[in-house]
Amino acid sequence: MSDTINVDGKEFAVDEEGYLANINDWVPGVADVMSKQDELELTDEHWDIIKFLREYYEEYQIAPAIRVLTKAVAKNLGKDKGNSKYLYGLFPYGPGKQACRYAGLPKPTGCV
Amino acid sequence: MAKAEFEVPELTEYTEVPKLEVGAMAHAKSFVAAPEFQQALNFKGELQDGWEQEVIDHMGDLLGKYRSLQVYLDSCVKCGACTDKCHYYLGTKDPKNMPVARQDLLRKVYRRYFTFAGKYFPKLVGATDLTREVLDDWYSYFHQCSQCRRCSVFCPYGIDTAEISMAAREIMDRIGLGQKYCNEIIGKVFRIGNNLGLPGPALEDTLEGLEEDVFDETGVEVKYPIDQKGAEILLVTPSADFFAEPHVDGLIGYGKVFHEAGVSWTLSSKASEAANFGMFIGSYENMRRISMRIREAALELGVKRIVFGECGHAWRVAYSFLNTLAGPFDFLDPKYPVPQHILEFTWGEMQKGTLNIDKSLNDDLVLTYHDSCNVARGSRMGTEPGGQFTIPRNVIKAVCNNFVDMAPETIHEKTFCCGGGGGLLTDDLMELRVKGAKPRMDALQNVIEEHGVTNMAAICAICKAQFTKVLPYYGMGMDMIMSVHQLVSNAIILTGQVTEDDDDESAEDAA
Repeated sequence: MSDTINVDGKEFAVDEEGYLANINDWVPGVADVMSKQDELELTDEHWDIIKFLREYYEEYQIAPAIRVLTKAVAKNLGKDKGNSKYLYGLFPYGPGKQACRYAGLPKPTGCV
Repeated sequence: MAKAEFEVPELTEYTEVPKLEVGAMAHAKSFVAAPEFQQALNFKGELQDGWEQEVIDHMGDLLGKYRSLQVYLDSCVKCGACTDKCHYYLGTKDPKNMPVARQDLLRKVYRRYFTFAGKYFPKLVGATDLTREVLDDWYSYFHQCSQCRRCSVFCPYGIDTAEISMAAREIMDRIGLGQKYCNEIIGKVFRIGNNLGLPGPALEDTLEGLEEDVFDETGVEVKYPIDQKGAEILLVTPSADFFAEPHVDGLIGYGKVFHEAGVSWTLSSKASEAANFGMFIGSYENMRRISMRIREAALELGVKRIVFGECGHAWRVAYSFLNTLAGPFDFLDPKYPVPQHILEFTWGEMQKGTLNIDKSLNDDLVLTYHDSCNVARGSRMGTEPGGQFTIPRNVIKAVCNNFVDMAPETIHEKTFCCGGGGGLLTDDLMELRVKGAKPRMDALQNVIEEHGVTNMAAICAICKAQFTKVLPYYGMGMDMIMSVHQLVSNAIILTGQVTEDDDDESAEDAA
């Protein structure tokens, strides 16, 4: 429960599953550290998604539905990328779960 | 968050009874709920000194309330009929996942404190003292039961392990040892209105997006209304239908069916969740509190009918318990079932002939159907016995030319659980979920090889989410699993819909 991750010398609390305990703590370095744990290199494409998740969360207090996300990606990055295959290609553990974690959002839980 | 380190079972032609591996799943322990999640549900925050006596007191309370529980604990004769019927035993090889062994975890304590023989001659009747080890075993193995009730079908006494599991979880919750996954989610239902925690504006945004998508695809303005007073039907559906794939494709389908049927309908931001995890934790109080939202929403919106979307355990709660939990529903139109399942509605419209279906639009698929446990063994549909088996299949066959059932011992009332039901659909139990899915995967693999099945349909949000995650472990595509109303959505031709042929013609006209 009281695990932490170290980002640029500063400790951040995370929950049992590695999600940031306090969304307001988030700095871009959080995503860098978490992705390194997963042995994933973040590219501009990853950052586009992370940025969108954070903006959406700020407005709606929840991560976007997968369809909302794919639609936004299609609009901004082209139709060929507006599908969950593209997103799973970027985030193999699932855009909802892995990308949300990097973005500092709480984990979407329920029947998903 | 590295991929779980465990061996994925190899699929076999028949699901064989495995050789026992004692303690194989003793390490499986889902996260314990933090005090704040416990207290939101009116449970004790955490375990405190003297919990042993609390357990006995709560057990006594439940035995007094539910005579079924006492009958189940008293009547087992250890015949062994259930031993090889649980998907978790078949997939994990752990003997404590045999239904009788799971029941015995509670039964041995019951005998020690509530029966004459157990009080005075405990060793003779397998009665044991309540210790921390026993409690830890409860926590581990009662969170390895998806309450699917397959074992009860084969028990000559009809002992329902699910109910024993629910009682054990209720006792643990009351003493402050709850499970994070279920209890955090129930808290979100109370706070925000649904399992996922989708606030009203997010729901509206998502539904507007669906309207745009359906319009772009068909040229028809199908509405996905929310909080619309005076609508005839209140649709209560799992929040995963707003959020995840393939769930959302089912929601799109419900909307198309309502549109073509010409009925007014609405969702509710207050009752924006069909699921009722209160059942999983065996808590009558929480189950009732969750159910009451539906009643309140129906009254506030002034609807005449309540229809449930594709959610397995929600339908069990709705069909079997809703009237006593949140009734009477005398303000609804008595001409219709209270409540009604979306499949009953769609099948009714199909029989009336209001839907224009082009089955060939699903010709690229060969379907099979996974009976969800709570629908199969905890409810019914329509007016005929077994309607919960025939109606979903009738609907699929009405919209698809290619349908094949899996082996008879794995469907209908003998269906295998997806492996993620009953409050176990959490990443910290992924090993259990993958292994528990083996019997279903064996049956699926067989119809893929023998009949070229490409996809499997289901009517439960948990099943859909579970299969999306576990299919890839068995080398199958995550998009193999579909919503039944996704198939309906594919094949339905809306009134005034612009089809590709029309497009071609207009293009020719223009030329």
